[in-house]
Amino acid sequence: MSASTAKANVEQLREKLRTIRKGIITSTTAAGSGHPTSSLSAAEMTTALFFAGFLRFDPKNPSWPQRDRFILSKGHAAPLLYAVMAEAGYFPASELNTLRKLGSPLEGHPNLRRLPGIEASTGSLGQGLSLGVGHALAVKLDRFDSNVFVLLGDGEVGEGQVWEAVMSAAKYKLDNLIAIVDQNGYQQTGATKEVLDLTPLAPKFEAFGWVSQEIEGNSLENCIAALQKAVQAKGSGKPQVIISKTVKGYPISHLLGNDPNHHGKPLTAEQATKVLEFLETTTA
Amino acid sequence: MNWKMGKATREAFGQALAALGADYPDIVVVDGDVGNSTRTELFGKKYPERFFNVGIAESNMVGVAGGLASSGKRAWLSSFAAFVMCNAYDQLRMSIAFPNLDVKVVGTHAGISIGEDGPSQMGIEDVSLACSLPNFTVIVPADEVSMTAAVQAVAKIRTPVYLRAGRPNVPIVYPDGCSFEIGKAIPLREGSDVTVIANGLMVAAALQAAETLAGMGVQTRVLDMHTVKPLDDAAVLKAARETGKIVVAEEHLLHGGLGSVVAMSVARQHPVPMRFVGINDTFAESGTPEGLLQKYGLTADAIVQKVRELVGK
Repeated sequence: MSASTAKANVEQLREKLRTIRKGIITSTTAAGSGHPTSSLSAAEMTTALFFAGFLRFDPKNPSWPQRDRFILSKGHAAPLLYAVMAEAGYFPASELNTLRKLGSPLEGHPNLRRLPGIEASTGSLGQGLSLGVGHALAVKLDRFDSNVFVLLGDGEVGEGQVWEAVMSAAKYKLDNLIAIVDQNGYQQTGATKEVLDLTPLAPKFEAFGWVSQEIEGNSLENCIAALQKAVQAKGSGKPQVIISKTVKGYPISHLLGNDPNHHGKPLTAEQATKVLEFLETTTA
Repeated sequence: MNWKMGKATREAFGQALAALGADYPDIVVVDGDVGNSTRTELFGKKYPERFFNVGIAESNMVGVAGGLASSGKRAWLSSFAAFVMCNAYDQLRMSIAFPNLDVKVVGTHAGISIGEDGPSQMGIEDVSLACSLPNFTVIVPADEVSMTAAVQAVAKIRTPVYLRAGRPNVPIVYPDGCSFEIGKAIPLREGSDVTVIANGLMVAAALQAAETLAGMGVQTRVLDMHTVKPLDDAAVLKAARETGKIVVAEEHLLHGGLGSVVAMSVARQHPVPMRFVGINDTFAESGTPEGLLQKYGLTADAIVQKVRELVGK
């Protein structure tokens, strides 16, 4: 069984990141709705995960039992998942512009029944980590060394179920489970600090028996280093969490006016043109 | 009638599940710390490595089962019907039903017959909720024999199932075995004047009622409609055509339960006069199971009463 484990060097990764960011913008603008800023904040992390050799997957055999799992618990970042999957070869990039259209498997939130390679149907926040616990238990029962990565939003961790899952992962010593909290600081109606401030997050996970890392997450290098450390913790008997502090809409938030949140709004065609020009050349 | 008292359906479930463990090495069971009540502990003791008690956390219990099923396991989970259906409904919807995963959800202590523990523990809306989950099959067995058969039958399918079990011991209505088929009503008694369609512990009550009615010269057909979804429309149509009157009896709220589902089938196929025995838009209270069934009208006498309204005797 072959898996796409080839490590791209950082320059190649940066090109992939550029393509993925552009895919997020063009697909949501074509759709006329969606969550581009929630997608962009986690683009570096997801790019590193898929293309720097951490996630073992095979687009030709998406349900390969020994694969690593990636669960997008913050399902509204579906445009990110689709852009990454297109880049990974699950489907042609031209399909990205069918996002949210009738008949397209690229639904507004991920639907595993519509698109092979999607590990979980998400969109009702708070459920992905429990699914991740289930996957992590299953692969341990099967004696596979697969890892399970779950990407959550920082607003999402207000859901009580997340902490139920956190506790059960510690109980079952799931050191093959890696949670990533995309801490972009905003949720639907405003700043996460104002809506329901759960910071500091890392000590809360630690208190439940997890090992945490905190990083500035809009950096491929930082993401790679953190993922490296997390996967090397296998054998520790402890689940791993990466609190990835990010900027919502990175690196284009300065082009979106005075709204640092810009939640759930696609860019206008005019904005998108400017943003795509910027993304073409930025080294951020 | 001379009933032989049998086991509780939850006990039969627990035993049948534990027995399946050998045939299906990929069965895993998730518990929300009620395994000694739901009887999944029987499986857990035999197969501890495949048994996960995630604590008092129903939402997570359902999600974990979904993840296990997504990775190819045959996942079963069990809690009180009230807790798993009401506490974890969104998880059942998003993490099981929508992705159409192989998770068997078993709600025990269903209905008011749990008795003294009272309304907080009584699942009286669970069938309605389960029927509102696309992709789910919904089954309410009548006794230990049909529960055992139901467990074996649903183990063979790889889609979500809700299986309802009760707390108290119930009479055996299938002393000679049960040819259980998902989605196929079981005719228990022939009759041409009226049909009583029932499930769960109301099947025994329906048979009792039919006996009483026979003494009044009313010949009553009794159908065990163990599968609420998908409903056996053919059996309903046949009953409507051949007996012209139907009473539905269930240990559940009238809204959204077996009665609602059968009424829709009757209305669509062959409208006939109907009556309904069930819990009428109320919570119950603490008491003995017998006292509660009596007070809330879930008895053979209540069925007889409804039949008499229909046949004018």
